[in-house]
Amino acid sequence: MKQSSVVVVDLLLLLLTIAVIATPAFSDLVLSKVERRIDVTSQFARVTKSLKVVNPGSESISEFMLTFPKFLGNNLAYLSVKTKRPLANLSVKKADPKGIPDSISVYSVALPKTLSKGDSLTLEVVATFTNVLQPFPEKITQGEIHLVMLQESAQYLSPYTVESQSLSIKLPNARIESYSKLENTKLQGSELKYGPYKNLPPFSYSPIVVHFESKAAFAVAEKLVREIEVSHWGNVQVTEHYNVVHRGAQLKGEFSRLDFQARPNPRGASAFRHLLARLPPRAHSIYYRDDIGNISTSEMQSDSKKTELLIEPRFPLFGGWKTFFTIGYGLPLSDFLFASEGKRFVNISFGSPMIDLVTEKLIVQVVLPEGSKDISVTTPFAVKQSREIKYSHLDIAGRPVVVLEKDNVVPDHNQHIQVYYKFSNINLLSEPLMLISGFFVLFITCIIYTRADFSISKSSPTYLAKLQWDEVLATLQEVQSIIQKCLAAHDKLEASLRDLSRTGDFQTCKAARKSTDSLLKDLSKELKPLLGFLQSSPSASHISPKVEELVVKEKELQEKLMAKHTTVVEGYEKKSSGRDIENRIASQQQKIIALRQEIEDLLEFIDEI
Amino acid sequence: MAALESPQPAATATAMRHAFGNVLSVLILVLIGVLAFSIRLFSVIKYESVIHEFDPYFNYRVTQFLSKNGIYEFWNWFDDRTWYPLGRVIGGTVYPGLTLTAGTIWWFLNSLNIPLSVETVCVFTAPVFSAFASWATYLLTQEVKGSGAGLAAAVLLAMVPSYISRSVAGSYDNEAVAIFALIFTFYLYIKTLNTGSLFYATLNALAYFYMVCSWGGYTFIINLIPMHVLLCIVTGRYSPRLYIAYAPLVVLGTLLAALVPVVGFNAVLTSEHFASFLVFIIIHVVALVYYIKGILTPKMFKVAVTLVVSIGMVVCFIVVAILVALVASSPTGGWSGRSLSLLDPTYASKYIPIIASVSEHQPPTWPSYFMDINVLAFLVPAGIIACFSPLSDSSSFVVLYIVMSVYFSGVMVRLMLVLAPAACIMSGIALSQAFDVFTGSIKYQLGRSSNSTDDAEDTNNAPKDDASAGKTDKGEEIVKERSSKKGKKKEREPADKPSVKSKAKKKALVLPLETSIVALLLLIMLGAFYVIHCVWAAAEAYSAPSIVLTSQSRDGLHVFDDFRESYAWLSHNTDVDDKVASWWDYGYQTTAMANRTVIVDNNTWNNTHIATVGTAMSSPEKAAWEIFNSLDVKYVLVVFGGLIGYPSDDINKFLWMVRIGGGVFPHIKEADYLRDGQYRINSEATPTMLNCLMYKLSYYRFVETDGKGYDRVRRTEIGKKHFKLTHFEEVFTSHHWMVRIYKLKPARNRIRGRAKKLKSKTTSAGWSSKSEKKNPWV
Repeated sequence: MKQSSVVVVDLLLLLLTIAVIATPAFSDLVLSKVERRIDVTSQFARVTKSLKVVNPGSESISEFMLTFPKFLGNNLAYLSVKTKRPLANLSVKKADPKGIPDSISVYSVALPKTLSKGDSLTLEVVATFTNVLQPFPEKITQGEIHLVMLQESAQYLSPYTVESQSLSIKLPNARIESYSKLENTKLQGSELKYGPYKNLPPFSYSPIVVHFESKAAFAVAEKLVREIEVSHWGNVQVTEHYNVVHRGAQLKGEFSRLDFQARPNPRGASAFRHLLARLPPRAHSIYYRDDIGNISTSEMQSDSKKTELLIEPRFPLFGGWKTFFTIGYGLPLSDFLFASEGKRFVNISFGSPMIDLVTEKLIVQVVLPEGSKDISVTTPFAVKQSREIKYSHLDIAGRPVVVLEKDNVVPDHNQHIQVYYKFSNINLLSEPLMLISGFFVLFITCIIYTRADFSISKSSPTYLAKLQWDEVLATLQEVQSIIQKCLAAHDKLEASLRDLSRTGDFQTCKAARKSTDSLLKDLSKELKPLLGFLQSSPSASHISPKVEELVVKEKELQEKLMAKHTTVVEGYEKKSSGRDIENRIASQQQKIIALRQEIEDLLEFIDEI
Repeated sequence: MAALESPQPAATATAMRHAFGNVLSVLILVLIGVLAFSIRLFSVIKYESVIHEFDPYFNYRVTQFLSKNGIYEFWNWFDDRTWYPLGRVIGGTVYPGLTLTAGTIWWFLNSLNIPLSVETVCVFTAPVFSAFASWATYLLTQEVKGSGAGLAAAVLLAMVPSYISRSVAGSYDNEAVAIFALIFTFYLYIKTLNTGSLFYATLNALAYFYMVCSWGGYTFIINLIPMHVLLCIVTGRYSPRLYIAYAPLVVLGTLLAALVPVVGFNAVLTSEHFASFLVFIIIHVVALVYYIKGILTPKMFKVAVTLVVSIGMVVCFIVVAILVALVASSPTGGWSGRSLSLLDPTYASKYIPIIASVSEHQPPTWPSYFMDINVLAFLVPAGIIACFSPLSDSSSFVVLYIVMSVYFSGVMVRLMLVLAPAACIMSGIALSQAFDVFTGSIKYQLGRSSNSTDDAEDTNNAPKDDASAGKTDKGEEIVKERSSKKGKKKEREPADKPSVKSKAKKKALVLPLETSIVALLLLIMLGAFYVIHCVWAAAEAYSAPSIVLTSQSRDGLHVFDDFRESYAWLSHNTDVDDKVASWWDYGYQTTAMANRTVIVDNNTWNNTHIATVGTAMSSPEKAAWEIFNSLDVKYVLVVFGGLIGYPSDDINKFLWMVRIGGGVFPHIKEADYLRDGQYRINSEATPTMLNCLMYKLSYYRFVETDGKGYDRVRRTEIGKKHFKLTHFEEVFTSHHWMVRIYKLKPARNRIRGRAKKLKSKTTSAGWSSKSEKKNPWV
């Protein structure tokens, strides 16, 4: 392996020298001062450059060429060029000018103003490269440390003459295995410095290789799907599905849990156990799970500025090991949804909240509420856009989804994107109303079903039996009501007796008896056909004796009452003493009460049918 | 005025009382449903919404397949990720009821755009169906003894621990829906028996079909119902209703059952079903006899009887002969192993160790009855007595049901589940009868005591009181049914003594006031005790998902999530076609959670295959390697609890592996692994034991954890402490060492040839010690 990479470097060098010979000076620009700083403390290389550009020539120039060696340029994840005075982001695009060899990637920067003769401008360039820290050796055992290798050029590769330049590489605070020693090379602590070099011609290149131990987590999300669902009920639900792999040196041989957990010196430095997610403040209902359930190893800390979620995958990840998990959290809508010019927009960060995670393929799906219209997206960098429809929670038309895709995403991409749309609040009520009407219809159908008669055959025996039974029940009720009327009449009779004992007016009492008598006779006439029906009806066979008994008892009671009434009235007529009358009716009274009780019992029995 | 008005409210009052009672019982039923559902959510609240244990993982996987690929693919599904290299025809060997139910629910919800995951639906299927089951219990008991008993039985069933143990949220197993289907089938049978309606008979056949789809326990139905029919016939209770309840069930039910692929022709070929056919014939003979009896004069009938009996005997003889022939020639020898072990409890332990090795196939202990049905055990006898007064067709059925299920639960602890509904029904009947008697006597006694005070007053006032009370009552009735009724009784009964006497005659049993109150209080206490026990059982005993373990230590809750840790590792870090060998317990989980091909799984349909794995586990390393390699196995998974004290690990199951392996491969002898009949892993262990693969994979480098190799489960130091593995290498061990995964080392190049076998053997040890540094094949 070492052999092969050296060959690559050599080949590159060769190509470059050819290039240098072949390429004419690109333009008259001169870089008077170049400071480069490469930070390799994490798994990617973050290069910040400050370029002082001077135009010594006569033509005014509005374009600046930024070049990288191809092997770096291919891994370029993020590039931004700024000027400090005035503070502005400059637009950068990939260029392919003629005369530049294939081994060099070129980006053209549009300068904020044309540089005329003698003008100067300082450009601040930030570039992030992934996959440039090559693990070397490529396979290590559990106990070995994780060594990586960085290839760069000590001199700034530029199509312009560079007057003065320097490079500093910030290495992690750990072992440094080796580094290329050129002139003016200094190692100060964990900082490696090359330069300054003066007055170098265009396309100067001197390769360097730094081989050092990295303790950073080489966590790469092969695919990350972030779903951001906006609900106007007050919540933004973010769900993120991670396919994480450890892209460092591959583990070879056994994994021994014993060694991994051994105290005092555990073996397994190349593995990472944790990932730290920095979520927005006020994130709530956070969960962390995978296909087969909840993962219980996570910790959360939150304050007013941020929410930090420390998650531990199910198992420590060694080189080449993969895992999958999902985290989800809710965010308050008011922090992310704003209104402008009659439109609403969601302002939310694009990349993953995980610290130092590289995402090879990021898909962001912003799910807008059902009924959103006029959707547009602004992003600070180019992404692939598409639209989808998602059906969820009782949707009819579906929710519009804005799908944004981007490859090779680094934390520098964690900038806000805006999704603009129009939405009317009335749509909010559609689903509750739908539910309400659904239940309403359900109950209505139930009511109709229970009330209406749906039998197909009107002549089937069961149907007829049911009809008969209904009739029987109706008759029973009539009988009951008549008996009740009779009882009420009896009560009236008794009341008249009480009046008599108070007033002694036996004429009215007699009249009352007459009227009651006729009423009772009418009632018993009414009863007759009903009884006849009950006797004839076969389905009432088990009830009719009871009813008959009831009627007989009632008749008896009537007679007894009448007799009592007559006795009492007669007693009053004869002006007998109260005690005398009472003595005479005492036995009757007993029987009346007993009968009345029996009737009540029978009524209750019929009631229960 | 009163004469005209009072009847009107009285009529409405009756209607209102009915309506009110109905609404009240519907409300109670809804609450029972909520109770049944929510008492099973402890597992979700205490742990998480996850599928439990072993079999549910398989069902979950099948449901996933169903929801992804549709019903036709499901019927034709040949699963090549299990029983490698044989595979398994899933569509034809599962009871599809549960999967289809959950799949249908999922499909229905998703078509309404309610995006529930298949997992969520599976997790909550069991609680939902236990609510259904308690409603079905209400219906069944109501048919037997009225709605009071129904409500009591339903509330008991909603929280009976035995049923909870099988239907907590996440316990996605056949029993979850099968118990509902069982009770509902019984309900429809009783309903048909009571009404004689062909409509219910058809429904009954459909419910039976659903039961056949859901669970192998359907044979219980198809044996119990014929037994009841026979009982009815023998006790002279034959009626056309009985015929309607039974004959359509047999015909339609058998036809429908044969539609289920896993049953198929078994529905007419195996002995489990023969009882139903026999009774089917008998009931026809009896029906014929009754018919002839109806159309003939008694004299003619006597003549006919001799004729019919002689012909009937001949027919019966022929049929019995055919049956016997069929039994003898049927492929399973008439009975399946599990059914046989029900009839002969010692059968399994004698002949089929694989059935005997499952803990839920063991007979239960007495404490488990108390644990699983608790106070119901004491109420059941009372319920049986209540069923005999008076004995009806339906009450004789529940008596038969409880008797049979008590027997079956005594054979297999798992069938406690069948006992639970019967016990609930019986106890419901007992409770409601007891409440009836006690409250009735209290009402009566209270009435009498207030009567005595009334007597002291002017007797003349009594009728007046009565009349006026009657009037006010009727007004009140509309407002508040219950209190007015009570009031009515209270005021009316005192009116005179003769009526009281008649009442006393009517109520057969009137107890003294104090006795009834005390008894009532005791009953309520008993109920409260039951509720407390059930909630405790639901929360503590039966909610653990068994794939996640927790322990309460001084510094809070400790979670052992090792199983999922290693399944996740397998699923993400091995090739998708790699084969994983483990003891069959973990087969379903490995296929479902790790999505890797396994050699054997919990379906245990092929004894030889399981024996092969058992043999490999009991063999020395090299022989085991050869067996595994011949099966194309790449990883071997063992479960080891010695570090943290997890008792149900592979070392504790090891003797079953030896027994099952030895059952097929005689060179594995159980005696070789036992020292003086004792199973040991310490220094007294036999060399065979200490050299077998299971021992080595479990204890590989275990001694280095504490320097002594103290096994916390066996509470002893292990016998062989320092050893190396030559044919396997450790690739993953979970956080608490509960799961250890080893990889088979690839076969070594045969550069030296077989002639130098001896030499290579001696070098192999040294080679493996250096393997960390240079292993040319990895």
